[in-house]
Amino acid sequence: MAIASSDTAIRTGRFTRTLIYVVLILFVLFYMLPLYVMLVNSVKPLGEITGGGMMSLPTAFTLEPWAKAWSTAQIGVEPTGLQPYFWNSISMVVPAVVISTTLGALNGYILTKWRFRGDTILFGLMLFSCFIPFQIVLIPMAAILGKLGLSGSTAGLVLVHVVYGVGFSTLYFRNYYAAFPTELVRAAQIDGAGFFQIFWRILLPSSGPIIVVCVIWQFTNIWNDFLFGASFASGDGAPMTVALNNLVQSSTGVKEYNVHFAGAILAAMPTLLVYIVAGRYFVRGLMAGSVKG
Amino acid sequence: MNKIIKTLTLTTAAIALSVTAAQAEDVEVLHWWTSGGEAAALNVLKQDLEGQGVGWQDMPVAGGGGTEAMTVLRARVTAGDPPTAVQALGFDILDWGNQGALANLNELAAKEGWDEVVPEALQFFAKVDGKWISAPVNVHSTNWVWANKSVLDANGIAVPETWEDFVAAVETLKAAGITPIAHGGQAWQDATVFDAVAMSAGGPDFYKAAFIDLDEEALGSDTMKEAFDRMAFIRDNVDDNFSGRDWNLATAMVINGEAGFQMMGDWAKGEFLNAGKTPGEDFLCFRFPGTQDQVTFNADQFMMFDQGGSVSTEQAALASAILSPSFQIAFNKVKGSVPARTDVDGSELDACGQQGMKDLAAAASSGNLFGSMAHGHAAPASVKNAVYDVVTAHFNGEYDSETAVTELVDAVSIAK
Amino acid sequence: MASAAETDFKTRLQHWIPKLVLSPSLVMVLVFVYGFILFTVFVSFTDSRILPFVDKDGQRTFDLIGLSNYEKLFRLSHWEIALTNMAVFAGLYIVVCTIIGLTLAILLDQKIRGEGFLRPLYLYPMALSFIVTGTAWKWFLDPGIGLENIVQTWGLTSFEFDWIKDRDFAIYTVVLAAVWQTSGFVMAMFLAGLRGIDNEILKAAQMDGASNWNLYRRIIIPQLRPAFLSAFVILAHLAIKTFDLVIAMTGGGPGRATELPATFMYSYTFSRNQMGIGASSAVIMLMTIAAIMIPYLYAELKEKK
Repeated sequence: MAIASSDTAIRTGRFTRTLIYVVLILFVLFYMLPLYVMLVNSVKPLGEITGGGMMSLPTAFTLEPWAKAWSTAQIGVEPTGLQPYFWNSISMVVPAVVISTTLGALNGYILTKWRFRGDTILFGLMLFSCFIPFQIVLIPMAAILGKLGLSGSTAGLVLVHVVYGVGFSTLYFRNYYAAFPTELVRAAQIDGAGFFQIFWRILLPSSGPIIVVCVIWQFTNIWNDFLFGASFASGDGAPMTVALNNLVQSSTGVKEYNVHFAGAILAAMPTLLVYIVAGRYFVRGLMAGSVKG
Repeated sequence: MNKIIKTLTLTTAAIALSVTAAQAEDVEVLHWWTSGGEAAALNVLKQDLEGQGVGWQDMPVAGGGGTEAMTVLRARVTAGDPPTAVQALGFDILDWGNQGALANLNELAAKEGWDEVVPEALQFFAKVDGKWISAPVNVHSTNWVWANKSVLDANGIAVPETWEDFVAAVETLKAAGITPIAHGGQAWQDATVFDAVAMSAGGPDFYKAAFIDLDEEALGSDTMKEAFDRMAFIRDNVDDNFSGRDWNLATAMVINGEAGFQMMGDWAKGEFLNAGKTPGEDFLCFRFPGTQDQVTFNADQFMMFDQGGSVSTEQAALASAILSPSFQIAFNKVKGSVPARTDVDGSELDACGQQGMKDLAAAASSGNLFGSMAHGHAAPASVKNAVYDVVTAHFNGEYDSETAVTELVDAVSIAK
Repeated sequence: MASAAETDFKTRLQHWIPKLVLSPSLVMVLVFVYGFILFTVFVSFTDSRILPFVDKDGQRTFDLIGLSNYEKLFRLSHWEIALTNMAVFAGLYIVVCTIIGLTLAILLDQKIRGEGFLRPLYLYPMALSFIVTGTAWKWFLDPGIGLENIVQTWGLTSFEFDWIKDRDFAIYTVVLAAVWQTSGFVMAMFLAGLRGIDNEILKAAQMDGASNWNLYRRIIIPQLRPAFLSAFVILAHLAIKTFDLVIAMTGGGPGRATELPATFMYSYTFSRNQMGIGASSAVIMLMTIAAIMIPYLYAELKEKK
C-alpha cells in the first residue's frame, strides 16, 4: 500500500495508514454522536425515554413520533404539525439566498474588476458588518420594517436575511474573482462588451464552485435562523425553526421528547440534504476561492 | 453630537406608540402555550370566538416562560403593529401599561363585574391607574409539594406539617436510600423553591417586606440567612445530577418512585395525570410545610393592546370570553391552575384543583395571598433576575449563606 | 457608427454602472449595520427599560443618563463572568477547531479511500442549528443518562464525566459542542488549501531527502497562511455570536457559569427590562470586536493593493 500515486508527493507506510484510518473513524464517531442520540430517541415510545433509556437502542420501534411531528403535533392552538411551516421556510429561504448570492457576486465582481478609489474601505465596512451580533439589531430593524410596511411579511424577512447575508457573500465572491485573470476582462472591454455582458459571459460561467459555497453558507444560515424568524414573521408565516421551537420549548406542559427529536431531524432535513448533495463541490469551491489570499 | 442625538430621537420616534388597528374582525393573539394540553385548552377560546364571528390569528412563540414571546412583542410594538392580545405575566403587564400601550377595559369590566370576582392581589397586576388593562386567565400557586404516596407510606412518613417534620421525612428517605427531593437545577426552579422556603422560614410579613417591599433590612436579616441555610439543606438532599434538569424530568422521578418530594407549582399535576396517576391515591399534593395558610401565586393574563383609542368589539369579545366561567373551568382543568375568578363552581376539578381553589379563596380573604418572587409577581423583572442570580449561585455552592445574604442586598439595590 | 458624444455617454455610463450596482448593498450596510450601531450607542446612554419609547406627543419616556449604565455594568459580577467566559471560550474554540481541522485535512489528504464518504460526515454538523442538537448534547453530557452512565454500565464504575454539572468545567462542554459543529468546516477550508499547493515543489523537496514531518512543517503549513486567516475570521465571528448553543445546552448554568456576553446582553435587553444596560454591554462587545478585527482587516486589505 505504501505507494504514492503519481500526483501526491507524500508517502506513508502501512502502519501509518492504519493509524490514519483509525483516527479518521474515531472522528466519524464523534461527529455522529448527537445524530445518534436524536435518531434512536425519535423512534422510541415516550415511556422508554422517561424510563431512563435515553442512550440505548429502542426496544419497541415506532415511527409514530415522526408522523406526529410532521402532521399532528401541537404547534399553536391548532394541531398542524410542522408541515405548513416547512413551506414558509422554503418561500423565505429561496429568494433570500438567490438575492444575497446575486448581490454578492456583483459586488465581488465590482470590487475586483471595476476598482475605484476607496473600494477597499467599502469592502472593509461590508466585511466588518458580518460581525454585528444580531440581538442588537432587533429593535431598530422592527422600526424600519414597520415604516416600510413589511412588518410580519415574508418580504420583510427576506430583506433582513439579504442585509445580513450580503457581507459574507461579497467576501466569498471577491476572493474568488481576485484570482480570475483581469486581462480577460480588459480584453472583453476593448471588444466593446459592457459591464453586465462581461459578468454574464466571462465571469459567471466559471463561478460554479464559489456559487455552491455561497449558496450552502447562506442556505444553512438562513434556514437555521430563529431570532429574526420569530420576531419578524406573522404567526401563520413563521419559518420552520420557530415552529420547531414551539414544539420543543413548551414550558409547563408534558414534553414528548421522541416527537421533539423527530421534529428536529425533520427541520434539519433540507440543510442536511444540501450538504450531502452539494457537499462534494464544497471543498472544490473553497479550494478555488475563499481560502486563497 | 447634538444633531446625531436628534436624528436618533427621530428614529426612535418611529418606535412611538403609533398603534394601528389590526385587521378588522380578527383578533391576533401572541402566546407561548404550545404544548398539547394548553394549546387544546386555548382552542376552546378560539372556537368560542369563532362562534361569535370573530377570527383568531394565532401567533405562538414558545420558550423560557415567555422570554421569546416578550422579545417578539417588542419587535411588533416597535414596528407599530402590536397584536390584539398578548399573554403576559405580572410586572411585564404593568410595565406595558405604564407606557400607555394598553387598552382601557373599564367599560367591559364594569358591565361584567370583574372587580367583585377577581381577587384583589390579582387585580394589582391587571389594572393601571384604576383602569383594567388585561384579562386574567388563571392563578397558579407555587408553594406546592408533590409526593409519591407509596414511597411515603413505605417509609412511614405522614404529610409534613412543619419544617422540622420535613427535615425528619427527608432524613428518613435518605436513610432508606431514596433521593429525598427531586429537583431540576435551573435558576427559575431554584427560585421557586426559595419562594416557599423563605415564606416558611419568615412568615408572610417577612416575605412581603423582603420580596414585595424590597426592604433592605428584611433582605439582609438573619431570617434571610436562615432561609438560605434551609436551601443548603435542600441542596444536600437532591441527587448529584440535578443541574440543568427539566422540571418535568424531576417530576418523573417522583412518579417513578425514585424520589420522595418535589417542590413545584401546580402545573406539575399535569405530569402525574398524564402518567395515569390519581391525586390522593398515587400522589399527594400539599402546601410547603409552614405555608399552609399562604398562597404564593403567579397568574397568566392576556394584556389587551390599545387599538387606536377604543376597545373594538372583537377585543371586547375576546376579553369577555377569557373571563367567562365556562372557559375559566375548561382551561384550568387542563392547566392544573385554578380559575382567576373565585365565584365559579369548581366541582369539575380534581382533588388537588379543588383544594387549590379553596386555599386561594381563603388566602385572598385573609390577606395571605402574595405574588411569587420566582415568577415575577412580587417584584419587577430586573429584581427577580437579580434574586435568581444570587439564589442560583448559592444553590450551586458559589456562595455560603452569609455571602448570599450580602450579595442579595447588593444585587437587589443595583436592579431596583 | 456611433457619434463621439454617444460613445462618450456610453463610457461614462460604463463608468457609473459599477457604482450604481454596488450602492444598494452599501446603503443597506450603512443603514442596517452602522446606523443600528449608532442607535445602540444612543440607547446605552439612556435609562430605557422596555423600549426607548417616544409617545404620541413626542415626549420621551426615558432620560439621557450619560455613562451610568456602563458604571452599573462593570459593577455586575455577572458581566465579569460573561467576559471571562468569552475569553476562555473563544480562545479554546478557535485553537481547538484549527488544530482538529488541520489534522483532519492533512489525514484526509493522504489519498484516503472513501474520502467522499467521510467528508460529508465531518461537515454535516455545520448544517444543524443548536435548537436541533442542543438537547442531544445536553443528554449525552448528562452524567446520569449520557456518557458517564454508559461507560459505567460497561464496568468502569470509577469513570466520571460530569463537566456540564460542574461550575468550573461547564464552559469546556460548551467548547466541545461548538468544536463539534464547526471543526469539520475548518477541515474543509484547510483541505481546500492543501489541494491548492503545487506538488512539484514538494517533489523537489522530497528529492532533497526531506522527511514527511519536515515537508509539512517547512513547506506545506506555511503555504496555508490564507486558509489560517480565513478560518480565524470565520471562527472569531462564530465565537462572538455564540448564543443558541448556550441557551440550548446549559441555559447559562450551572448558576451563571456559562454566561457569555451575547446571552448577557439578550437577557438584560429583553427579559430583564433593562435595555439601557443591555445596550451598553452590546457597545462593549462591538468595541472588542473592532479592536480585534480592524487591525486584521487593515493588514489583510492593505497588502493586496
